[in-house]
Order: sequence, then C-alpha cells, then structure tokens
Amino acid sequence: MQYLILGAAAGGGLNTGDILYQLVAFLILLVLLRKFAWGPLMGIMKERQSHINSEIDAAEKSRQEAKSYLETQIEELKKAKEEAKAIIDNAKKQGEAQGEAIIKASRDEAERVKEAALAEIASEKEKAVATLRQEVAALSVKIASKVIAKELDESSQEKLINEYLQEVGESR
Amino acid sequence: MEHGAVTADFLGLTFNLSNVLMITVSSVIVFLIAVLATRSLSMRPGGMQNFLEWVVDFVKGIINSTMDWHTGGRFLALGLTLIMYIFVSNMLGLPFAVAVDHNLWWKSPTADPTITLTLAVMVVALSHYYGVRMKGVKEYGAEFFKPMKFLFPLKIIEEFANTLTLGLRLYGNIFAGEMLLALLVSLSHSGIFAGVLGIFPMIIWQGFSVFVGAIQAFIFTMLTMVYLAHKVSHDH
Repeated sequence: MQYLILGAAAGGGLNTGDILYQLVAFLILLVLLRKFAWGPLMGIMKERQSHINSEIDAAEKSRQEAKSYLETQIEELKKAKEEAKAIIDNAKKQGEAQGEAIIKASRDEAERVKEAALAEIASEKEKAVATLRQEVAALSVKIASKVIAKELDESSQEKLINEYLQEVGESR
Repeated sequence: MEHGAVTADFLGLTFNLSNVLMITVSSVIVFLIAVLATRSLSMRPGGMQNFLEWVVDFVKGIINSTMDWHTGGRFLALGLTLIMYIFVSNMLGLPFAVAVDHNLWWKSPTADPTITLTLAVMVVALSHYYGVRMKGVKEYGAEFFKPMKFLFPLKIIEEFANTLTLGLRLYGNIFAGEMLLALLVSLSHSGIFAGVLGIFPMIIWQGFSVFVGAIQAFIFTMLTMVYLAHKVSHDH
C-alpha cells in the first residue's frame, strides 16, 4: 500500500526526468499539431464559414433582386393591363362613333334617295299627266272629227270648201 | 498488483522508463489521429474530419463559456491538444496493462502524479505568463489584492491549490480506475470461479472508466480555460 501513497515516487525520489520529458513531449506535440493539424483544420473551417456567409449573402441578394423584379413585373403587368383597357375602350368608342357615322350617312343617303325618288315620281306623274292630256286631246279631236265628219253633208261641205277657197284667195 | 518501475538516470535526471514510453505512445497516437484526420481536408467534411471538427467546436464551446473569443481564440490549439492528449492517455491504460518482472510498463501516463502535476503546473504557469503578457505586470499584480488587500495570502495559496487539485484530480481518477481494474484482474489469480465472476464488474468498470477518462479530459481542459480566463480577462 506504500505504492498507493507514494504514487510515481516508486523509485524512491522525484522523477525529474519524467517532468522534463512530459513537458518537452507536450510542447512538441502542441507545436506539431498546431502546424500540421489545427492550422489546416481551422483554415478549412474558416473557409467554409466565409463560404457559407457569402452564399447566404448571395442568396439574400438574389432574393431581393427577385423580389424587386417581381414588383416591377407586377407594375408592368398592371400598366399593360391598363393600356390594353384604354386601347379597347378607345376602339369601342371609335367603333361606336364610326357606327353612328355610318348609320347617319346611310340615313342621309336613304333620305336623299327617297327625295330623288319622290321627285322622279312627281316628274313622271307630271309627264304622264301631260301625255294623258295630249292623248285625251288627240282622242277628243279624233272623236270630234269623226262626229263632225258624220254630221257634215254635201252642201255644207261645198260651202266649207268655198269658204276655205275664198279665204285662200283672199289671203293671196 | 503492486508494481515497481524501471528507472534510469541520465544527465542527473531520473526517468521512469514506463512513463517515457507511455508519454511517447500517447503523443504519437494523438499526432497520428490529428494528422490523419486532417490530411485530406475538404469543404464538405466526412469521416474523421467531421469528428475532429466536432472536437474543435467542443473546445471552442469550452473556451467561449469561460471568456470571450477575442482573448480565448489563442488558447484553442492548447485546449485541443490538452483534451486529446489527456483523453488518449486516460484510455491507454484501460484495455490492458503490461508488467514485466513486476515492473509496470503499459499504463496510462496520467495515472502518475508526476505527469499530471507537470501538466497542471504548465497550465498554471501559462496562465500567469498570459496574465502578465496581456494585462501588464501592474494590472496582473493588482489582481492578487482584489477584492480585499488582506486576501493576498489566500490568493497565493489559491494558486498552489489550483495547481495541486488540477493535477491530482486527474491522477486520482485515472489511477483509481486502473487500480480497481488491476484488482479485478487479480481475482483470476485466486481461482477460475472468481476470475469468471470478476469479468462482469470488470466490463462495467472499464465502461465506467471510459466515461471517467472522457470526463476528466473535459474537466482538465475546462479548468485550464477557467484559470486562463481568470488571469487574462479584465472584468474581475
């Protein structure tokens, strides 16, 4: 049980060499690991950290960009819609005006045609009336001459001829 | 179960050859683990790199819990080396112990108070060194008279107490673990029945020792950072 109490002092004294050896070994290990293991490991961890940082920044940036793009697109779409509406309204108005103009023109035309037709009818009527009058006159003359021819006898005929002859002679 | 040790005198220093061997083995294992794990580093970590990055984050967490990263960042390599070295050292004595002619050769180097106290003294010395370097002699010295002047003797005692407890806590836990393992193994000397029966508590105790070894490595690193923070930070 003496060993339990004395521990490393089993050799009877203090192992000064162990102290030195442990110190030197640990310091060498520290230096070597710092150079060959921790340094590169820390480097890659830092690199990854900055990589992740920059990736997050880039993602955030592109998200902002996408957002602003979306906003402008929505704005554009809205504008386009308004424009389209205006164009349609314009076209509708124009169409209506044009339609009205066409209707008016055709109405006028119809009026004109009607007037013309009425005038023609009137002139035709007049012509017809004139023609009818002539015909009637001619017919009545014919009838009258026929009637008269029947009623004239020889004596009166002679008398008439004489009268005509006399008139002719007188006029000479 | 009572083992001696082979010592050698060299340049007036006494070397426990078993300790020398085990310190070397631990250092080489830690070095190999760290270097092999970081040999093919990539942005997308896998396997060993993942494990080592977890260790780095773990030690970072320890440091961050005691001081701000601006002052604590420089101690990361120290903390990493400490925790891995002590953990590997604690584990080495668990699977087996090798004794030749009643001289113990293979054991945990941390089951020796000389080793643990060396590490503890190194840590405390480092804390004083960084305290002077980062705060200046005046402010460093003034720390010993805070909060009251008459507490100065206690402050001095505290430094030694810190060193002793830091080193002996680790030594005690690991040495006790190995001692109990050795006792359980020695059961087999007293008959086949006792030996078979002794396997079960041995398995349990080995599992527990793995846990204790990990915890002790963590505690040692944690306390190292606490002492460093105590000396280095300004807000005290």
